[in-house]
Amino acid sequence: MMAEISAQPGGRTVISRKAARLDGLKKNWYRFSRNRMSVIGLAAVVLIILVAIFEQWIAPYPEHTGAYVDFAHSNVAPGKEFLLGTDQYGRDVLSRIVFSFRNALAMGIGVLAVAAPVGVVMGLIAGYYKGRPVSNVIMRIVDVFLSLPSLVLALAVSAMFTPTLFNSMMAITFSWWAWYTRLVFGTASSVRNEYYIQSAELIGASRFHILFRELLPNCSSTILTKMTLDMGIVILMGAALSFVGLGEQPPNPALGTMIADGYKFLPDIWWLTVFPALAIMLIVLAFNFLGDGIGDMLNSGEV
Amino acid sequence: MTDTLKFIGKRLIWSIFVLVGLSVLIFCIARIIPGDAAVMALGSRASEEAYESFRQENHLYESYPMQYVYWLRDALNGDLGTSTQTRRPVMNDIRDFLPATLELIFFAVILEILGGILLGALSARYAGGMLDNAVRVTSYLGIATPAFVWAVLFMLVFSFLLHLLPTIGRISDGMMRPPNVTGFMIIDSLIAGDLRAAWDIFKHLLMPGTALALAGTAQAARITRSSMLENMNKDYVNSEIASGIPMRRVIMSYVLRPSATPTVSIIALDFAAMLGNAFLVEQIFNYPGISKYGITAILNKDLNAIIGVVMVIGITFLIVNILVDIIASYLDPRIRLQGGGE
Repeated sequence: MMAEISAQPGGRTVISRKAARLDGLKKNWYRFSRNRMSVIGLAAVVLIILVAIFEQWIAPYPEHTGAYVDFAHSNVAPGKEFLLGTDQYGRDVLSRIVFSFRNALAMGIGVLAVAAPVGVVMGLIAGYYKGRPVSNVIMRIVDVFLSLPSLVLALAVSAMFTPTLFNSMMAITFSWWAWYTRLVFGTASSVRNEYYIQSAELIGASRFHILFRELLPNCSSTILTKMTLDMGIVILMGAALSFVGLGEQPPNPALGTMIADGYKFLPDIWWLTVFPALAIMLIVLAFNFLGDGIGDMLNSGEV
Repeated sequence: MTDTLKFIGKRLIWSIFVLVGLSVLIFCIARIIPGDAAVMALGSRASEEAYESFRQENHLYESYPMQYVYWLRDALNGDLGTSTQTRRPVMNDIRDFLPATLELIFFAVILEILGGILLGALSARYAGGMLDNAVRVTSYLGIATPAFVWAVLFMLVFSFLLHLLPTIGRISDGMMRPPNVTGFMIIDSLIAGDLRAAWDIFKHLLMPGTALALAGTAQAARITRSSMLENMNKDYVNSEIASGIPMRRVIMSYVLRPSATPTVSIIALDFAAMLGNAFLVEQIFNYPGISKYGITAILNKDLNAIIGVVMVIGITFLIVNILVDIIASYLDPRIRLQGGGE
């Protein structure tokens, strides 16, 4: 964004604009990579995505992720044959963890793909019409949705439907959009009275243009940062729901379900609990570090 | 004083509005479910008369708005319907199970306040040192690890490997339960003068409480640290240091109070997370609280119980929010002068 602005005065050529963009990219990378943890986070997220895509080839025993039983090899401790051991049905824990990554990512992406746009649009409308009934109605609804801990609301909603991955995603989305509305409302309502918005109104710009071309860009950096950080939190909530039995159903692997099944066998068969727990920590830490980096990148340059 | 009263009054009115909204929301969720509520509540093998009486009892033949009015009338009279699993009034169940959860969460909050402010103050005092780094790493791990995972890991280490702490429940089996006065067992046992029971109950609270508090403690410590470092560089603090007031006193009397405001609000935010996480942590430690009751209700589609539990949690959360606002306005008078809206 910076690069485009600096390229415009004097109507320079396309080439210099391209160069400026490249320059901006370099600057962004510098801001992002100043904190080494962000780079580690980025690498870990890329790794997790690759694992989720190529799960078939990475998992040593892909067939163990479905309805598979091999009692001869049940509860084998971590070793050469089964790196992270096997569960009570003789299924390889590593393969099941690898296969659960795709669902975990799907959970995060699916929820945010709906919750964020819905929440953002509501927040833009409420911010732009601040003081009018529309805005008040929206913000009071947001108050109601945020008057319960999100996990409790998600649990209550998913209780009403048959437990599936999709329904648990719906339940979390339902309890999550309001955060984005509150976030965007704050920025949008403070920017709303700036001169450039007023002049856009004066020259007759459409409501659509003002909401999405004038207000939205002002909120985009906070939205993006929150979305990256939320990936981790939403995946945690998904794990919590599946821990209770309200998410992905067995025999399909889910990190929460694996822990729920495993902790009853503590302390002897510890690998059923410890490794899925570490996997959750890894995913969430990766997204947190990445989110911090994106925050550094987007927020430091615009002061 | 009138400022404070006005502030509290505003918040109370707002809270009542939110509660009504919440009840409508939950009621909608519970009524617009796929399937017959009677079949869902009683199972598919109940007699036709049983279904019929359930429908009559819960006004299922009326329109949705009328059903809500009936529900609200009963709720205001302290009647939240009957639970289909315990076959008792939901209100009685809540009365029995809520204190246990409140005790657990208050315990966790106390851990969080003490731990957060102490660790935060220490890591600000010795910024860049060992403790500072330890708190930083813990806060990252704390954010990344859900409370139920901590719960399971604590159980593995402290109960199974070290045999230090009891695994499940609120009090050991052989132990005499203290007479019920406050509902908070640890206080009841202290009132009864039974120190052995109090110690036992304390040990039962330790693991679930820490599991709930850990993430928040680390975050609170980080926030306290950064706001303390910020305040340490203020001119008035420098002039106090320069005039020879001992560092300890400067921190205790002048830096801590303005630094505590953000800590209080982060702990208030974390309270919501605790209320949610308690659902899983109580389940793991088989702790007989409202959250475990709620989970059982959720898994059995016990609608009246679900609505009751959700409402109680909503009310608890609102009360805590008001309390936090009052504390914050005490710590920082500017908040209440601004009227404390959004």
